[in-house]
Amino acid sequence: MGIIKAKQLVHEYIRRDEEGNVESISTALDHVDLDVNAGEFIAVLGHNGSGKSTLAKHINALLSPSEGTLWVDGKDVSEEENVLEVRQTAGMVFQNPDNQIIASVVEEDVGFGPENIGVPTDEIWKRVEESLGAVGMLKYRHHSPNKLSGGQKQRVAIAGVVAMQPKCIVLDEPTAMLDPNGRREVIRTAHELNREKGVTIILITHYMEEVVDADKVIVMDKGKVVMQGTPREIFSQVGRLKEYRLDVPQITILADLLRQSGLDVPVGVLRREELVEALLREAQITG
Amino acid sequence: MSIILDKVNYVYSEETAYRIQALRDVNLEIRDGQFIGVIGHTGSGKSTLIQHLNGLMKATSGTIYFNGQDIYADDFDLRKLRSRVGLVFQYPEHQLFETTIFDDVCFGPKNQGLSKEEAGLRAFEALRSVGMPEELYYQSPFDLSGGQKRRVAIAGVLAMKPEVLILDEPTAGLDPAGRDEILDLVARMHKERGITVILVSHSMEDVAKYVERIIVMNQGAVMFDDTPREVFRHYKELESVGLAAPQVTYLMHELKERGLLVNTEATTVEEARQSLMEALAGIDAGHTDIHV
Repeated sequence: MGIIKAKQLVHEYIRRDEEGNVESISTALDHVDLDVNAGEFIAVLGHNGSGKSTLAKHINALLSPSEGTLWVDGKDVSEEENVLEVRQTAGMVFQNPDNQIIASVVEEDVGFGPENIGVPTDEIWKRVEESLGAVGMLKYRHHSPNKLSGGQKQRVAIAGVVAMQPKCIVLDEPTAMLDPNGRREVIRTAHELNREKGVTIILITHYMEEVVDADKVIVMDKGKVVMQGTPREIFSQVGRLKEYRLDVPQITILADLLRQSGLDVPVGVLRREELVEALLREAQITG
Repeated sequence: MSIILDKVNYVYSEETAYRIQALRDVNLEIRDGQFIGVIGHTGSGKSTLIQHLNGLMKATSGTIYFNGQDIYADDFDLRKLRSRVGLVFQYPEHQLFETTIFDDVCFGPKNQGLSKEEAGLRAFEALRSVGMPEELYYQSPFDLSGGQKRRVAIAGVLAMKPEVLILDEPTAGLDPAGRDEILDLVARMHKERGITVILVSHSMEDVAKYVERIIVMNQGAVMFDDTPREVFRHYKELESVGLAAPQVTYLMHELKERGLLVNTEATTVEEARQSLMEALAGIDAGHTDIHV
């Protein structure tokens, strides 16, 4: 079994009127099956309201399934006694860094989590140093978080999660509020944690460019998983992605247009380097 | 008719240890009918700048003229200015508060002193222009999706019939289709009604695609103020201040460095396609030197 496994997972948001009668039910997750192996980097795409965040909140036991089962590292999240353990296995990073930072000094903010679960003081400091190092923010340890840039704040928030030594980190649109530099910093940090510490990463995003280096992409629509595959497999289906209100990276769009105009460019180009090579080849051959 | 900023400075927490100069000697002219993009890293002064344009913040020094009138003059009506220069904040859906979508959009025009009927007409028109289906008008705005809520919030500002529409990162957190819908809507308002649009954005691709002029803010000062083509020519300087150029611009530069003679000024997918087709056609005809 993988580190995250969902079997026929259903989540319904139920609205009740003042008397407590059910007014409406909306199904945010509709019989989702999922199997994520430890150490994988998974990207989740889907339009607003497709169920991505609801799925993320289940992985962290912030929500409990209406039907079906979700196991995180073998533990059923709907069992009350598993909740704390599940939250330590799967850490979560949200969209707005300002909502996640609580202390007035960076290192204290990062130490908050481990302190809360009773880690001995020496060990806390060790973890604080390690996690700030892992996100490249060690030299800011004595700074005040409110003086940091958006990307730096978000990396401190990630360090706070890393200090809990989770096997898996779920990032729910961590770059939506960041400038281009901040976006790059955060995505690079996620990849480094994945590569160097073997942390399983679930990245939810609306930026198609952030997905090209993931091991696997999952596309959600109306609470269902509708596509699964490598970034290349997913982004070679432009028409289908558009139906799900999604897009493909700008480089992929350009490559498609050039192919339609008669150039010999392969299908599913994702990165700039690939397109550069293809075009240089084309220039050489025809020249 | 324009907004002119003359040596505008703004200082937060002056005379304290936390003094921050958010705007430094900003001189700008916002001419009628322009579509302008404002870019800059977090904390570069973008939001402070736009809040000066409708008088929400008062400059520490310097002057702002709206159609020739000093907005800080005693007899200038700042309330009127705020309805002529409409500001859509970040995450404007957080400011929805009425029980129905229609009432929410009526709030602005009613506040302007319009009668209930007039305000209602304005709300209809604004909701129609943002493409809100009529059957939703009398439902709660809180049941809508993120993108729809944002459209209602924008309708609330449009209902005041502003001459200048300022949007602070209107697409943050929206899915790609939602992003296109909002930006296409804004572009249509600009084209059909001729209103001036100022778009604050972190997406270089969006800015390149839509605007005719880019103002780059850095450390409270205007770093560049030019057409997208000219601004993105300085992509290395932009990187040094936390920004970037559109992805296709990088592609073109890389191709040129590798010996393919392409136009590095392309900032949109379509421009890149044209330039590449021309460059490669030139090779076919044997007109172009290749050093691969």
